[in-house]
Amino acid sequence: MKKLLLTASVAALVAGALPASAETVRWARVSDALTLDPHSQNQGITHNFAHHIYETLVDRDVAGTLIPRLATEWALGDDPTVWVFKLRQGVKFHDGADFTAEDVVFSLDRARSDKSNMRQLHASVESVTAVDDYTVHVKMTGPSPLYPNNLTNTFIMDKTWTEANNAVTVQEAGSQDDNYAVRNTNGTGPYKLVSREVDVKSVLELNEAHWAETKPFVTKIEYTVISDAATRVSALLSGEVDFVQDVPVQDIERLSSSDGVTVTTGPENRVIYFGYKFGDAPLKSSNVTDKNPFNDPKVREAMALSIDRDAIKQVVMRGYSIPTGVATPPFVNGWTAELDKYPAPDIAKAKALLAEAGYPDGFTVTLDTPNNRYVNDEAISTAVVGMLGQAGIKVTLASRPIAQHSPLIQNAETDFYLLGWGVPTFDSAYIFNDLIHTKSGHYGAYNPGGYTNPDLDAKIQSLGTEVDVAKRDATIAEIWAVVQADRVLLPVHNQVLAYATKKGFNIAVHPENQPRIYEMTKD
Amino acid sequence: MLAFILRRLLQSVVVMLFVALIAFSMFRFVGDPVASMLGQESRLEDHELLREQLGLNDPVFLQFARFIGNAVQGQFGISYRLQTPVTELIFSRLPATIELAFASALIALVFGVGLGVYTALRPRAWSTSIIMSASLIGVSLPTFLIGIGLIYIFAVELKMLPSFGRGETVNLGWWTTGLLTTSGLRSLILPAITLSLFQLTLIMRLVRAEMLEVLRQDYIRFARARGLSQRTINFGHALKNTLVPVITITGLQLGSVIAFAIITETVFQWPGVGSLFVNSVQVVDVPVMAAYLLFVALVFVVINLIVDILYYVVDPRLRVDARAGGK
Amino acid sequence: MSTTPPESAAQIAASTPPGWFRRAAQSDILYSFRRSPIAMVAAFVTAVLVLAAVFAPFIAPYNPFDPSSLNLMDGFTPPMSSSFAGNYFLLGSDNQGRDVLSTILYGSRVSLFVGISATLFALTLGTALGLAAGYAGGRIDSVIMRIADIQLSFPAILIALLIFGIARGIIPPSRQEGMAIAVLILAIGLSNWAQFARTVRGATMVERQKDYVSAARIMGVGRFTILFRHVLPNTLGPVLVIATIGLALAIIEEATLSFLGVGVPPTQPSLGTLIRIGQQFLFSGEWWILFFPAVTLIALALAVNLLGDWLRDALNPRLR
Repeated sequence: MKKLLLTASVAALVAGALPASAETVRWARVSDALTLDPHSQNQGITHNFAHHIYETLVDRDVAGTLIPRLATEWALGDDPTVWVFKLRQGVKFHDGADFTAEDVVFSLDRARSDKSNMRQLHASVESVTAVDDYTVHVKMTGPSPLYPNNLTNTFIMDKTWTEANNAVTVQEAGSQDDNYAVRNTNGTGPYKLVSREVDVKSVLELNEAHWAETKPFVTKIEYTVISDAATRVSALLSGEVDFVQDVPVQDIERLSSSDGVTVTTGPENRVIYFGYKFGDAPLKSSNVTDKNPFNDPKVREAMALSIDRDAIKQVVMRGYSIPTGVATPPFVNGWTAELDKYPAPDIAKAKALLAEAGYPDGFTVTLDTPNNRYVNDEAISTAVVGMLGQAGIKVTLASRPIAQHSPLIQNAETDFYLLGWGVPTFDSAYIFNDLIHTKSGHYGAYNPGGYTNPDLDAKIQSLGTEVDVAKRDATIAEIWAVVQADRVLLPVHNQVLAYATKKGFNIAVHPENQPRIYEMTKD
Repeated sequence: MLAFILRRLLQSVVVMLFVALIAFSMFRFVGDPVASMLGQESRLEDHELLREQLGLNDPVFLQFARFIGNAVQGQFGISYRLQTPVTELIFSRLPATIELAFASALIALVFGVGLGVYTALRPRAWSTSIIMSASLIGVSLPTFLIGIGLIYIFAVELKMLPSFGRGETVNLGWWTTGLLTTSGLRSLILPAITLSLFQLTLIMRLVRAEMLEVLRQDYIRFARARGLSQRTINFGHALKNTLVPVITITGLQLGSVIAFAIITETVFQWPGVGSLFVNSVQVVDVPVMAAYLLFVALVFVVINLIVDILYYVVDPRLRVDARAGGK
Repeated sequence: MSTTPPESAAQIAASTPPGWFRRAAQSDILYSFRRSPIAMVAAFVTAVLVLAAVFAPFIAPYNPFDPSSLNLMDGFTPPMSSSFAGNYFLLGSDNQGRDVLSTILYGSRVSLFVGISATLFALTLGTALGLAAGYAGGRIDSVIMRIADIQLSFPAILIALLIFGIARGIIPPSRQEGMAIAVLILAIGLSNWAQFARTVRGATMVERQKDYVSAARIMGVGRFTILFRHVLPNTLGPVLVIATIGLALAIIEEATLSFLGVGVPPTQPSLGTLIRIGQQFLFSGEWWILFFPAVTLIALALAVNLLGDWLRDALNPRLR
C-alpha cells in the first residue's frame, strides 16, 4: 500500500519537470461530463473533466494530500469558525479577466445556492467575504476543522463573465431553457475548450497563459466517450485512442502484454461492502418469518467467516483489489492496519454459529446488487452467494442497473445489499455520517439497514465541530471499535483502478479516479 | 383516397397519444431519475425538493397532459442528464442514425432481394442450400456479439477499419454527414453490416418464399407457354408480384432498423439517437426517453401510413378492405 | 358468434383441400425428410440439444445452479484440464468456477424453455388477432392493427422492460427473482406478436377474397370453421417463417435483456447470460467461456431455423 502511494507521489513530482512539446492525447472514458457548469452536478466524471478547464482553491494530489491551487495558503483565523484563504496572484481567466477575491466569493455563493448540487459540501458555511483582492474569509456556522477537504471539486468562475451571460443561477432541472454555463466555459485552468459534441467528443487546447511555471507536454486533448468496455479496449489496441481510463480488470493482463500499451494500476479511495437489515422486524425476502436473522450477532459473524476475500481478489478481481476487514479505504483518516485485518474463512465455524443462532439449516434471503456501477459488482455478489451457500444461507441474487438499485438503498427497501462508498473528504466522519448514524435528517442517508446506536450518534455528531485533532481522532477510533464489534457492515475490498496508455505516455492513478492530463508525462 | 388518408392520419394521432401514455407510465418503473441526478452527497430532502421541482409528485395523467401540451409546441424540455434542450440533442444525433439506418437498409435490400431471387430461381442448387443455411447464422447471433466479433477481426487484429465512432463529419447546415469523408465511410462499414444482417436474412427469405409462391402460379405458366423470355417472366412478372409483401416488410423493417440500432450504436459508439437513448435509460433521463419514444413511434406511424397507401395503390384488391377498414 | 351446423362441416371437409395436420400425417412428408440431408442433420442436432437440455440434471457433471457446490478457486480453468482443487472440466470453467459444459446444459434448458414458451405465446396471440382483424375487417381490424402499430413502434427490448417494470411493481421484491422466467416469457411474447398478426391479417385478407371461401360462406359454413379450417392453414407458410426466425429471435432477445441486466438471475444463467458473461473475457484469453455457449446458441438457432425451413417447404404442397 505504502509503496503504491510512494510511487504515485514520485510520478507526480516528475510530472512537473518535463519540457513542453506539441502533443495530442486522445482520452477515452466510459461516459461524458454531464455538464460544463461546474456547480451543477456533484459527479466524478464531470469534475474530472472540469479540472482541466476550471480550477479549485485547493486540490488533491495522487497521494490524496491537499495541495494549493488557486489558494496558496489557508488556515483557521483568530476566530476558530473562520477559514482564511490567501489567493494566487497573476492568474487570468481564459477571456483575459483577472482572477480576484470577488470571483471566489461569487463562486462559493453560487456553489451554495439552491440549485447547486455542490451545496451539501458547503452546508456549514455562513458567509463568504472578500477582505482584499487576494484574501477571502469563509465564516462557518460552527467550528469546521475539515472544511478545506470539501473544496477540492468546487470550481472558481469569473463573476463578470457569468453575470454578463445570465448564468448566475445554476441550471434548474425541469425548466425548458438551458443555462449559458452548461455549454460555455471561462476558467483559469490549463486547457481551453475548443469544441464539444456531447457524448461524442470534446477538444481542449493548451492555455498558453496559464500561471503554472512548467507547461504540460500535452497541448491538445481529445476527450472521446466509448461506453462499451470491449470497444474501449479495442480502440486502444487498434491505436485509435491513447489513454483509456476505465479498463476492465480482466483485460489488464492482455493489455500489459501487448506491444505499445502501458497499464498503470493503483488503489481508488472506494470501499466495496455488503450491508444488511438490523432490527427485530422479519425480513421481506426470507423464509424466516418471525424474526430477523441478521439481527443476531452470531449470524453476522458467520457471514463474515463465510466470505473468502482472497479468493474474490484472486479470481473475480484478477488480483486487482485490496481485501479489507473495515469499511474504509486506507486513504481515510481513521484507518488503521489493525482495523483492516480480516478473518480467514472458516465454513465449519460459520455453520456452527448459525446452528447456535437457531438456524442449523440456514435460511433464505435475497441479495440486491448493482450490475453496472462498481468493478465486477455482479460477479462479486455471485461469488458471495456461493460462499454463503456453503455455510447454509441460501441467497437469491437480484441484479439491477444502478438507477434501479440506488432507490432500493435510499428508500431502505432492501434486506441485504452490495454498495461501494467513496470518501471525498478523506475522513472517517464522512463514512459515519451517511452509513453508520441513525437514519434521520441529514444523517444516515445510506443506512438502509437501519442500524441505530444513540451513543454512537452523539459521538458522530461531535466529530463535526471538534477542533482538537487528537481528541477527534480518539473519538473516531472509538466509533470504529463499536462499528467493528457490531459488524455494522461487511466489507469486501477496496477497489483498484487501471489506466491504460499508449506506450511512452505515463499517468499515475488518482485515488478519486480524477487523472489530470496536464500531469501526464512522456518517456 | 383522401378520406382514407385522413382517416389513417387521425388513427396515427391516436396511436401517438397511446405511445406517449405507455411511455409515460413506463418511466415510473425504469428507475428514479432523482437518484441519478443527485450524487452520493444528496439527502432525502434534496430528493423531495427536486422531485417537486420536476413535477414528479403529480399524478401521471397530469404529468402526461403537461408533456403533451409542451410536445405539441415542440418543447421537450431539458435533458436531466445533459442539461441541453432535448429537441436540439435529438436533432444533432438524428443524421448519424438515419445515415446508418439507410446504409444498412440498402445493404439488406440489395443483398436480400438479390440473394432471394437467386435462391428462388435455383431452388435445388447447392449454392442455394449454402446461402440459405449461412443466412441463418446472421439471425442466430446476438447483435452485440456480431459487432464485437467484427471489431475484433477488422479493427483489432487486421487494423483495417475503425472500431468506434463516425470518423470525420462534414456540416451541411444542421445536418452532419459522414458520407463525404473517407474516414466517415470507413467508420460506417462495420456498424452498417452489423445492423443489416438481421434484415438481410429476413428480406432474402421473404423474397424467396414469395418468389417460389408466384412462380407456381398459373399466369407464370401461361407466360412461359406464350414463349416469353425467362428474364421477362422472372423480373417483369414474378418479381413484380412479390413486391407487395416485400414492400410491407421492408418498410416496416426500416422502422425496426432505427429501433434495432440501439444495440449496434452502443457497441460501435455510433453517435446516433439510439446510443443517446441507451445512455438516457441508464440514468432515467425522462425528457430524452419520452422524446425518443415519440420519435420512433412517429417513424413507425409514418412508415405504416406510406405502406398502407402503397398497398392501396399496388394491390387494387385491397381497396375494398381499406374502405371497409375505415368505417 | 354462430357455431357451425354439423352437416356443412362434413360437406366442407370432403370438398376442400385437407387441413395441414392431415397433410402432415401423410407419408410423403417422411419421404421429403429422408431426401433432405440438411433437414436430417438439423433434426438430429435439435434433438440432441433438446434431449441434452431436458436431461441436463442426469448428464451434467456438476450442478451449476447450486451455488453452494461451487468453488471460486476453480475459476478460469482451461478446457480439458483439472483445477487446482482437482475438479476436471471438459470445456473449462467460468469466472465463478462453474463447469462450462454444465452451465451450457442447464443454460440451454432455460433458453429453450423461455424461447419456445415466448414464441408459442406470441404465435397464438398474434395469429388469433391477425385472423380476427383480417377476417372481420372494419372497426375490429382498425383497433387490432393500431395496437399492433403501437407494439411495433416500441423496440421489443423496451416493451420487455415495461413488462418487467410493471411486474416489479406488482410482485413483492422477495418473489421477483423467482418469477423472473415467467415475466421474461410474457415480456418477450408480448413484444413479438404483432409480426404474426400483420402477416396473418394480410394473408387472411387475400384468402377471404378467394372463390372457395366465398363458396363456403354461401354454403352457410360458420365463421370459425372458415377461419380455422380454410383460412388458417393457408396462412401457415408465412407464419412458420416468422415463427422459426422468431424462436431464434426470442432466444437472442433474452440474451439482450440479460445484456441490459434484466434477464434471468446471474446465478441461474441462460445461454444468453453465459454469452454476456463470456463476452467480458474476449480479450483476456479465456475464450472458452464465450466460445462454447455461443457455438451452442448458434447451433441451436440454426438447427431450429433449418428444420422450420424444411418443414415449411414440406407442408406446402405447391412448393414440392
